[in-house]
Amino acid sequence: MKLAGSYQINLSKEKVWEALNDPEILKKSIPGCEEFKKNSETEFTATATNKIGPFNASFTGDIELTDLNPPNSYKITGSGNSPVGFASGEATVKLEDKEGGTNLIYEVEANVGGKIAQVGSRLIDMTAKKMADIFFGKFSELVSPKEISSSESSIEEKGGLEDQAKPKKQNQKILIFAGATLIVAILAFLFL
Amino acid sequence: MASLVGSRVERKEDTRFLQGKGRYTADINIANQTYAVFVRSPHARAKIKSVDTSKALKSSGVVGVLTGKEIAEDKIGGLIAGWAIRSEDGSEMKVPANPPLAKDVANFVGEPIAVVFAETLDEAKEGAEKVKVDYKVLKAVVDPAEAMKSEAIHDGVDKNLCYDWLLGDRKAVDEAFAKADKIIKVDLINNRLVPNAMEPRACVVDYNTASEEITLYTTSQNPHLSRLVMSAFGGVAPENKLRVVAPDVGGGFGSKINVYNEEIVCSWASKKIERPIKWVAERTESFLTDTHGRDHVTHAELAVSNDGKFLGFKNETIANLGAYARVFGTVTPTYLFGPCATGVYVIPAAYSNVKAVYTNTAPVDAYRGAGRPEATYTIERLVEKAAMELGMDKTEIRMKNFPTQFPFKQTLVHTVDSGDYVAGLEKAKQMADYAGFEARRKKSEANGKLRGIGVSSYFEACGIAPSAAVMSLGCGVGLWESAEVRFNPTGQISVFTGAHSHGQSHDTTFAQIAADELGVPMENIDVVHGDTDKGTFGMGTYGSRSLTVGGIAIVNACKKIVAKGKRVAAKMLEVNEDEIEFKDGEFVALKSNKKKTIGEVAFACYLPGQRDEMKSPIPEGDEPGLIESSFFDPANFSFPAGSHICEVEIDPDTGNVKVEKYTAVDDFGRIVNPMIVEGQVHGGIAQGIGQALHENTQYDETGQLMTASYMDYTMPRADNFPEFNLGFTCTHATSNPLGVKGCGEAGAIASPPTVMNAVIDALGGQEISMPATAEKVWKACKTMKKSNAKAA
Repeated sequence: MKLAGSYQINLSKEKVWEALNDPEILKKSIPGCEEFKKNSETEFTATATNKIGPFNASFTGDIELTDLNPPNSYKITGSGNSPVGFASGEATVKLEDKEGGTNLIYEVEANVGGKIAQVGSRLIDMTAKKMADIFFGKFSELVSPKEISSSESSIEEKGGLEDQAKPKKQNQKILIFAGATLIVAILAFLFL
Repeated sequence: MASLVGSRVERKEDTRFLQGKGRYTADINIANQTYAVFVRSPHARAKIKSVDTSKALKSSGVVGVLTGKEIAEDKIGGLIAGWAIRSEDGSEMKVPANPPLAKDVANFVGEPIAVVFAETLDEAKEGAEKVKVDYKVLKAVVDPAEAMKSEAIHDGVDKNLCYDWLLGDRKAVDEAFAKADKIIKVDLINNRLVPNAMEPRACVVDYNTASEEITLYTTSQNPHLSRLVMSAFGGVAPENKLRVVAPDVGGGFGSKINVYNEEIVCSWASKKIERPIKWVAERTESFLTDTHGRDHVTHAELAVSNDGKFLGFKNETIANLGAYARVFGTVTPTYLFGPCATGVYVIPAAYSNVKAVYTNTAPVDAYRGAGRPEATYTIERLVEKAAMELGMDKTEIRMKNFPTQFPFKQTLVHTVDSGDYVAGLEKAKQMADYAGFEARRKKSEANGKLRGIGVSSYFEACGIAPSAAVMSLGCGVGLWESAEVRFNPTGQISVFTGAHSHGQSHDTTFAQIAADELGVPMENIDVVHGDTDKGTFGMGTYGSRSLTVGGIAIVNACKKIVAKGKRVAAKMLEVNEDEIEFKDGEFVALKSNKKKTIGEVAFACYLPGQRDEMKSPIPEGDEPGLIESSFFDPANFSFPAGSHICEVEIDPDTGNVKVEKYTAVDDFGRIVNPMIVEGQVHGGIAQGIGQALHENTQYDETGQLMTASYMDYTMPRADNFPEFNLGFTCTHATSNPLGVKGCGEAGAIASPPTVMNAVIDALGGQEISMPATAEKVWKACKTMKKSNAKAA
């Protein structure tokens, strides 16, 4: 299956990445996300559980980041398994400056198998879109200046400090989290 | 007494079915039963590196977990191919092993790997989710046209080729083609179909620890055959310790001929865990694992003369067998397809070459019509195209090539005993108002619509079949049928048949036949089928064989009852046997006009004595009782035939195809119950229109089934059909005493080409493939518009 989309986030690229650096924000943004486990600089394991439609599945996805081109683009290769089937695929992610904010563009090519493939691509596509909206909606809500200025102000401070202190290494780390976030979100879409 | 054969007797079975009182396999529950859930491969092709059952075994309510390892250790055999087909070079077909639970490699999505038994269905499902299978995913072979160029999926099956089969004479065909004025060519795809029986497959197994007998309740079209296969090849139990019951079965269409993995596994496991087991397929499991139908890629050519005479025919087909060769899998694209591909025509030279390939998809086997719909689609598309290219009328070109003499020695295999193809087509033309079509086309045009008319004439070889013939062609068993008629002392009669009714109305038609033969009311007769402990033996129901083979066995057994009755009545009436006439249920002594009813005779057969009288009514050499059986093996196949005409109207703005008129004229020989026959024709046409316009089974390039539910697989609905206009002609079959030919498959055989010919006619000859969905037709309409604009 193929899935593509883009989201406009009203923050600068750098700010978006800062926020992406916070595991708590990611956890809150991804539907059903339970944990990220870092296996190496570019390899991750992520777990999420979702109960939507006929399935209630906990799945684990292995993620690898390649073609790193900070801060513009990268590729995420991932595969996830659960009792209701599997998903494997590639996502290309691009970040662009747009209208004073950041436009995040993704393209996913994935193979899904098992029960999840059998429920029908129309249902999967529809649900994937819906899940993407939930993810980015939640994410924007959590990182937008209004919110940050109130209860979540510490996040901005933390992210900002880290970004300034060790830009290169931190960029990579940010990317990894961004990648992990996306692939888990994508796997979550596929597993609904 | 009026004959019941030929009358519209209402169906006996409707009372229970319409009241929801049918008793299906899933309705059966046995005390202390466990529930089975199968762990299936999510991959189309993968090595099974390991199967870890430890977590599943600890799961709540789980009673047992079994895998391919245990079934191999217990030496339980796998699923079988029922027909051995030889390649053109004389080599035997290549058949891979098909274990009931895959141990080393999974070859299609849905193939069972392990099974979990638990106290409740939910617990079994939960347990199944905890079985951890470690796979190494391999590249799947999905497209049949590419299979021979792809990596071999089975050891020892080079190029994924099961066989490369030839029927006919290539040299004679080349000579005929060299002399032809015109060669008509078509490239066709016969779309893969999911049979979609209303009742999903199911089984309930009860192992009796005392008698060591296994009772298997299952959704089968042929319980005796299932027992034979499970005993002889599966080694599940000796035949006399295995009882197979197929109670009410909600449709089969060929998909319930096979003995499936689940039945073998549950039967074996019930003995192992010493608990009854129940398994009922979910709808998607049916989509994934029921044998599919059709799936041919065909290139065919017809050599014609300018005046429309057919000179030669060639057919090059790749048939997709799916992952494994099953019971009728290998014969469906060969002997059930090749011979019929020359259709109802005199064609001096012909050949059919079929390459059957394995792919990582569900096994493909017989589906309503089995090979004959594919054959009819091939020849009838060619004939219609020939008419178009020669500028001849569609019906004229057919008439010109029909045989006029019967028996008709068809080009490739069959000698058709009887028929009148000209009469059938004439009648269809008249009933469809063929002459008035142009006026209707103009009227549609005026409304902005495209109207087309399509014709198809077919014959089929069914009543499967003469044992000697089918065994010479590679069938593993003889296809006779048996019957037993038990005339009970109190006058009720049980008719046992080896055929199996799963929608065919045997309770009614077989009772009609027996009632006529025995001269008793139909109400006195009970037709019994579907239980290996009750009936003698039987080969089951498929290939329109129940009436033409099984029905005749009933007739013959009834005749034996009457013959014995005559001998007994003669003794009772104190006359010679040849002085007795049997009529309307009475044995009449011709001279004295004294009579005994068949009921009195039956009573005497069981109670052959009276107080104070030493005489026995049982003649010397006869035994008491009135039970007779018969095994009938026909002399030939039977050959129903007919002509169908369809009119469609296309809305070029939406591509929607509306079937406006559908006329079917069929020759089924003698008809036992016209109402039931009409029902069979309706169902067949509906399935054929489904294939032509709606249904398609689609795998993606990795072998995932994309059409695994009714969300994505389009079934035809009542509002897709017009009222069917049915007519009949009748020439009696000479191969059986009733003169019957069979009607179960005809509708599904004739209708796909009829509808497609009409669609293509409406599109001005532009060829499109089945199913002619709105999207495809809309695109074709746009192309047509463009080319019309260019021409203008």
